[in-house]
This record gives sequence, structure tokens and C-alpha cells, in this order.
Amino acid sequence: MTKEGSRTRRSNRAPGEPRNVAWLYILPGLAFYALFTLAPLLHTLELSFFDWDGLTVGRYIGIDNYREAFSDPLVRDSFRHSAELVVFYAVIPVILGLLLTALLTRHPVRGFTFYRTALFLPQMIAGVVVAQAWVWIYADQGPLNELLRTIGLGSLAQPWLGSFTWALPAIGVIGTWVTYGLCMVLFVAGAQKIPTSLYDAARVDGAGAVREFFAVTLPGLRNEIVVAFVLTTINALRSFDIIYNTNQGGPGTQTYVPALYMYQNAFVYNRVGYASAIAVILAVAIFALAFLVVRFGGQEEA
Amino acid sequence: MTAGRYDRVVTYAVLTVFAIGAIYPALSILSLALHTKSDLVTGFAFPTHPKLDSFRAAWDQADFATGFKSSFIVAAAVTAISAVLSIGTGYAFGTMRFRGDQLVFNVMLLGIIFPYEATVIPLYYDFQSFGILNTYWALILPQVGQSVAFGTFWMRAFFLSTPRGLTEAARIDGAGTFRVLTSVLLPQARPALLTMCALVFTYTWNEFLLALVLVSGAPDKQTAPLTLSFFAGATRAGDPTKVAAAAVLVAAPIVIVYIVLQRHFIRGMLAGAIKE
Repeated sequence: MTKEGSRTRRSNRAPGEPRNVAWLYILPGLAFYALFTLAPLLHTLELSFFDWDGLTVGRYIGIDNYREAFSDPLVRDSFRHSAELVVFYAVIPVILGLLLTALLTRHPVRGFTFYRTALFLPQMIAGVVVAQAWVWIYADQGPLNELLRTIGLGSLAQPWLGSFTWALPAIGVIGTWVTYGLCMVLFVAGAQKIPTSLYDAARVDGAGAVREFFAVTLPGLRNEIVVAFVLTTINALRSFDIIYNTNQGGPGTQTYVPALYMYQNAFVYNRVGYASAIAVILAVAIFALAFLVVRFGGQEEA
Repeated sequence: MTAGRYDRVVTYAVLTVFAIGAIYPALSILSLALHTKSDLVTGFAFPTHPKLDSFRAAWDQADFATGFKSSFIVAAAVTAISAVLSIGTGYAFGTMRFRGDQLVFNVMLLGIIFPYEATVIPLYYDFQSFGILNTYWALILPQVGQSVAFGTFWMRAFFLSTPRGLTEAARIDGAGTFRVLTSVLLPQARPALLTMCALVFTYTWNEFLLALVLVSGAPDKQTAPLTLSFFAGATRAGDPTKVAAAAVLVAAPIVIVYIVLQRHFIRGMLAGAIKE
């Protein structure tokens, strides 16, 4: 009755024998993916070699868009801002997550499920909504300035998102808020999988809390740390929603990031080819970072 | 022993501080939304007399009825279509071998880290020439394309975890691949499917850049986050309480579902992250 059953010869190969029927199940999904993700990506690459205003016929200009992008101070500033945001979105949350995990492995508490639900909440909220919540926190009469006034530091109160000095760190703190809970939950869950015998052995050897953390917890969390860095770094490089909805890159160009500059070139200044080149550089940066972190973070296990 | 108890108290205290930090911005904007402009709200104002006026005003003035309708249609369509497609791809990658399986799977995995920033420009111009710019399809198609990448990865992991003996027994009984899928494997897939659908629905509901570029020319197709963004830009200076109410409205459906299904959400995001 089963045609493909009688045809198979090399049935010793796991997981299942080679079967062309597989394509029947894959093609619909693959078609959507190829048409609406892969093809546009290649199309972006193609557009990046053209001078095009989106209306008239484009002109092939080779790598001129890339040449311009690499000497455009605003492109450089945008990527520099992104690099600073990575500190807030990725580095600080990972450190906070590790600190909490170190505490929890020494002194396990009950009811972590409840805390977990709270810690994870920022991940669920749309970037546009996050932006509105923090615009209020940073507002003139908002909670942060009120707090400063209450504790007698009223002289520090200011419109944070409009400050040339503080706008970028203020955006960064929003990023820290979005990602730190994810890191904590990820690491605490990972630490629960580390065999307790390793901790017992460390304690028999007389290791203190710090030694124990560096000898047992940190190596045991290698995978989780790599994943956390990849996810949070991608978040940092894609911070378009939050910046577009808080201060639109301002004041001046203090919080410009590549995604915002790309958007403006493509849909405000009608410099479609140039915008595509910035998009390609951004995509390459994301891939390169993800690759590097996975490669050098996750390798030593074997 | 007292030292141990002291440490435990410190641990609880630290956890509590972080947990409050995570929910405070949400509570703060909820509190702002429960006031009206005439309350002259400042930082820590507590809504002792909560009012829903700002919610009503935001709902009507920003036309959230349309925004919610669009968001529900788009998110439901993306979730349903990508779930069906991912069951197929996940089934094939998880239970069958074929030429080029590793290559195709890896290419699809790349989609998980593709940012929409890298595809949105040609999507705009291509959809313009297909005549589907400013329609629901402009949002549904690319998000299905991306969600299928995640879904494939997620369902493959599920199918790999099903016992092979079960599939083989059914096959020996004469069931074809489709019968094996529908009557043996899918009945067990409910939790995995629910998690995947919850995550895809959330990502789609929250998406902003695609909506901004692909449907901002059609007021009747705008999604809720886009409505919020436009409303905030026009209203914030005048009345922050209405903007706060609008923000709470946009977040509410997801947050409510999250609280009900939180186990699924967190399990999905953790497992998804780790297996990457």
C-alpha cells in the first residue's frame, strides 16, 4: 500500500530513510521563505549597487554607495551609537544575569516562577509601547525627575531624551530594561541543569562563592551566555522601534542608529540605493557578530 | 545557620528589586492612563480615583477599533498560515532524510536572525508593483516568510523528540506519511504548537517597522502599534494621559495572554534560544 515503503533500500540510515516525499512537505514553507525573505534580501543587495530615487530608472554605479557610506560621518556615528547600545542591551544585562544566578545557586529560593513571570514581562511588550512608557519615565514631570527632586537632587532633573549628553545612555537604559530579565531567566534555568555533584566537589575542595562561580557556574552556562549575547546584540542593532518612537534620533543626530538612517534615506530622502547599502552593511554586521559570538563563545566544549 | 538565613534574605531582596524594576514602567504608564489631563499628573501620582476617560478618548480619537481589527487579522493569518507550513517543514526535517536536507535547513535557520531592516526596502517597491502595498497581504506575506523560519526550527525539534517506534509501527500497519502525521504525531503536538503560535502571534502583533513602511498609506489597514505611534506623535504634547491609555490598550491583549500562558511563552523562548 505504501509506495515509498517498498522502494526504500537504505533503511539503516537514521532518522528515517531518504525520501523524496519530504519535498512535498517542505516546498510550501520553503516557497514562502524564499519569496518573502531570501529574495528581498538579494534584491536589497542588488539595489545597493544602483543610484535610484524609487521612481525613475535607476543607474548602476558599482560600489559607490558603499564608498559613500564608509566616508559618511552619520553612518559612522550611527554604528558607533549602536556599539554603545550593545553595552547597554547586551553586556550589562548579561553581567546582571550572572550576578543573580550566582546568588541563586548559593541560596536557592522558592517561588522563582512568580519572579520569572515579572522578569520576562518586558520581552512581551511592543517596542512602540515600551517607548511610550519610557518617554513618560524620562518626562519633565515624570517619575525619574520627581525621584531626583524628592531626594534633593533636583538640580539634576532634566528632559533626559532631549539631552545631548544623556539621550543615548537614556535609550540604552531602556534596552537594559528590555533584556535583563531574559538573561536572568535564561541563566537561572541553565544553572539548574548543572549537576549538583560539581558544586559538592567544589565545596569539598574548599572553594568559596567566587571560586565556585568561576569554576562551576560560569563554564556550565557557556551556551546560555552565547545565546544571550546573540539575542541581545541583535536587539541592540535593531533598536528602530524604540528610537523612532522616543526621540527620532535626536537631539540633533545624537541617537541615530543605522536602521533609522536607512529608513530616512529610503523613505524620506528617496535615496533608495544608498539606503540599501546601509541595510546590507547592517545585515552583514549582525551576521558577523552572531557568527563570532557563536564561534568563539561556544567552541571549546568539544 | 543565621548566616544562611541572612544570605537568603539578601537573595530575595535582590530578586524582588529586579522584578519590581521589570514591571515598574508598565505600572507607571497604567497609572498615568487612569488619570485625566486635568489631574496634572506628576511622577508618582497614584490613581486614587481611577478614571477610564482617557481610555475612551484614546480609543475613539485614534480609531483603535480599526487598528485592533487590522492587528488581529494580520496576526491571526500569519500565525495560522505559518503554523500549517511549519508543521510540514518540521515534519520533513525531523523525521525524514533527503538529499540536501542539511543545507536547506541551515538556509532556513538563517531567517531567524534576518532583520526586517534588510528586506523592507525591496518589499515596499515590489509590493507597490504587485499592487498589494497598503493591504493586509503586504504585512502577512513577509511575516509568514520569517515566521516559517522560526516555526521550522521549532517543529523540527518537536518531531525529533517523538519516539521513532511509534512512527514505524504506524507505517508497518500501512499508514502513509500523511496518515502518520495527522493521526499519530499531531495529536501529541498540541503543547509545542500552542507555544509556537503564542510566540508568532506576539511577534506579529508587536511588529512596527513593516507596518510603518508597508501600510502607513492606508488608514483603514493600520495596525494597533502604528496607530499608537501616529497618535503619540500628534497628541503627546497635548495630553500624555491619552497616549498612556493608548499604549496600555495596545499592550493589553498580549500581556493578558502572556499571564495566562506564561509557562508556554517562557518555555518557548528559553528552549528556542538554547537549541539555536
